[in-house]
Amino acid sequence: MSVAFSELRRKADDEWRSLTAGDKPWVRVGLGTSGEAAGAEEAHAALIEALGSEATVSLVGSMGLCYAEPLVDVQMPGGARVFYANLGADEAVDVVAAHVRSGRADAARAFAWHGDEQPAGLDGVTRLTELPTVRPQTRLATRLAGDIDPRDMSQYIANGGYEALDRALNELDPAKVLDEVKNSGLRGRGGAAFPTGVKWGFLAPNPAPVKYVLCNCEEGDPGAFNDKGILESCPHTLLEGLILAGYATNSSNGIIFIRQGHTLPIENSRKAVQDAYAAGLLGQNILGSEFSYEVEVALTGDSYVAGEETALMEAIEGKRSMPRYRPPFPAAAGLWGKPSNINNVKTLSYAPAIVREGAEAFKRVGTETTSGTAILCITGAVNRPGMYEVAMGSLTVRQAVEEVAGGIRGGKKMKMFQAGGPLFGPIGEEGFDAAIDFDSIAKTTGSLGSGGIIIGDEDVCAVNLTRNLMSFNQFESCGKCFPCRLGMTHMVETLERISCNDGREDDLALMQRMGSSMRMGSLCGHGQLGYNPVASALKYFEADFRSHLEEKRCPTGACGDGQMLTPTRTRP
Amino acid sequence: MSDGNPPSGDELPASAELRKRARTALQSQQQPTVTVLSSLLAVQDEFHYVPDEAIEETATHVNATINDVWSVASFYTNFRFTPPGEHTIDVCWGPSCHLNGAQNVIERVHSELGVDGEGETADGKLTLRYSTCLGACALAPVIAVDHHMKGRISPDSAAAVVEGLKGA
Repeated sequence: MSVAFSELRRKADDEWRSLTAGDKPWVRVGLGTSGEAAGAEEAHAALIEALGSEATVSLVGSMGLCYAEPLVDVQMPGGARVFYANLGADEAVDVVAAHVRSGRADAARAFAWHGDEQPAGLDGVTRLTELPTVRPQTRLATRLAGDIDPRDMSQYIANGGYEALDRALNELDPAKVLDEVKNSGLRGRGGAAFPTGVKWGFLAPNPAPVKYVLCNCEEGDPGAFNDKGILESCPHTLLEGLILAGYATNSSNGIIFIRQGHTLPIENSRKAVQDAYAAGLLGQNILGSEFSYEVEVALTGDSYVAGEETALMEAIEGKRSMPRYRPPFPAAAGLWGKPSNINNVKTLSYAPAIVREGAEAFKRVGTETTSGTAILCITGAVNRPGMYEVAMGSLTVRQAVEEVAGGIRGGKKMKMFQAGGPLFGPIGEEGFDAAIDFDSIAKTTGSLGSGGIIIGDEDVCAVNLTRNLMSFNQFESCGKCFPCRLGMTHMVETLERISCNDGREDDLALMQRMGSSMRMGSLCGHGQLGYNPVASALKYFEADFRSHLEEKRCPTGACGDGQMLTPTRTRP
Repeated sequence: MSDGNPPSGDELPASAELRKRARTALQSQQQPTVTVLSSLLAVQDEFHYVPDEAIEETATHVNATINDVWSVASFYTNFRFTPPGEHTIDVCWGPSCHLNGAQNVIERVHSELGVDGEGETADGKLTLRYSTCLGACALAPVIAVDHHMKGRISPDSAAAVVEGLKGA
């Protein structure tokens, strides 16, 4: 351990000890975007006011148990954590204040407990790690989510943070770090699943003095919030991964790229970068080593295509986020014409675990072809929506829905799942037993993509959902390639008339022809994959289309009067 | 729209004030890399829209043409060119929200506001925007009031929120 790091570690350990086993109870309120939507900030403010100096009240990240939010826990000095779920501001004050003052947990209201020993009087309350939403998880990238204050770097360091970086800088040369990542079998989590070590290997040997590692947190996929989830709960995990990537590829600069409006991820990343500079974890001669590295946070405006790797570089350069022609590939000439590598937030966030625990340990999690975990965002018609990090291949889609997400709301039947972002369509019953890993999901018409899985029940009409997805794709076409820009528009019009029972006999064939033009005539995945949602819906749910076309009625009534309120705009 | 030259002496005081605020916002950017896009974001943070004067100031600040700046400003859907109302309501229509009844929420918000799409109410006080995804999909359907998320929304609770804003 370097002298500089051991000093950081000692200070962090002291602070952590005083938080968890000092003289005051520690009350943690989980806050991510979903926590905000559930009222966590209001609960936090009410607790601060009610408890004053009686307890330390902190905002921590979200554990991903979104269905239980606002989720608040109380830890008496040296004791176990006792969690209370769905705790609104008023109730939070009653329940938490009573717990803090008496030292006794409210057994009737307790949701779970976590620690070495079960607190007295909590018989019948489940251990956190035994909850059906927590037990199946293997947390690598989200290891500390909900445990620490994401804005406090010391709390990350006290829990093993930056150990991997310190070890890499002291004991491993860059080539060895690159080898570890190669050997771990890590594949990119942004959707394309390309081997990360190979990608880094394109950049590493380039002798240019200025080289960029770009971290993509555009995260425009509706239904996916795991990139934001990591930045909301533990931005230093990503930052440590980004520094390790810079070291392994001999790069000079890192950039964290986030969409404007993602307030918490932006604030947390900026704070993390600022604190890392102050502690000597960024800048010149990091932790006293020979390695120097600069990191900044860059924002994009609202544009889904800005998440495409070459469009992303255009956005960082301040231009319209339209994809570039390739070659040259980014590793040869990327941002500002310099060699660049683009990685997703999740991908980089595994790097600390890989370097800390070793490639072999990472490979033991997941399947032979996809090591590590999938960070799932399960939403839609389920009882327990949330963000769950599970080993690749450890669950089928059906198991994830039934066992983790608590089955379909209202006891209804699952009709479809939609995974991989809006360029993939709904998948029916035949796909429910696919294991959740890149290769198994790819055997359906879907993609694991970035991990968002949206569940539709028996009341959903496939035409209706597909129209919604295609409206998104139309709205977000950047307009550079006309087959995409116009094809999407015609596709939405066609789906609209089918949905209104006004479809024409040859509409299905027409959409297929448009789709084929889009696939062949578009520069990036947005147009190339643009017909996917329709193709998938037709494969599994042709009956829904036939009902609209032939019987002139919506099979479930979901299409109503055929009106769907969406923005109508085509990029100029 | 002027030709990008510095404002002439007889420009309206309001316009000169806008330019001053725009220049301060442009110069206050903290990050090392300043671009057309970062500058426009700084301007919109300051005014909650991008006034014509600020387009020109941005062009001067980053040494670009007014065309360059307009090209970027017109591309990203978060930029707007007229002042918004006092309060802004974003309603998500992404697929997770859609499957949880977002269309009914949007319809109800329309009728409460007396509008039939995105934009301002007749009195100009409230702005409605559709959002492709607000990022709190597990709490669907979601709306945001002045950028603050509210989840598990029903048409009735959305109506109550709008009612509260009208009174505010």
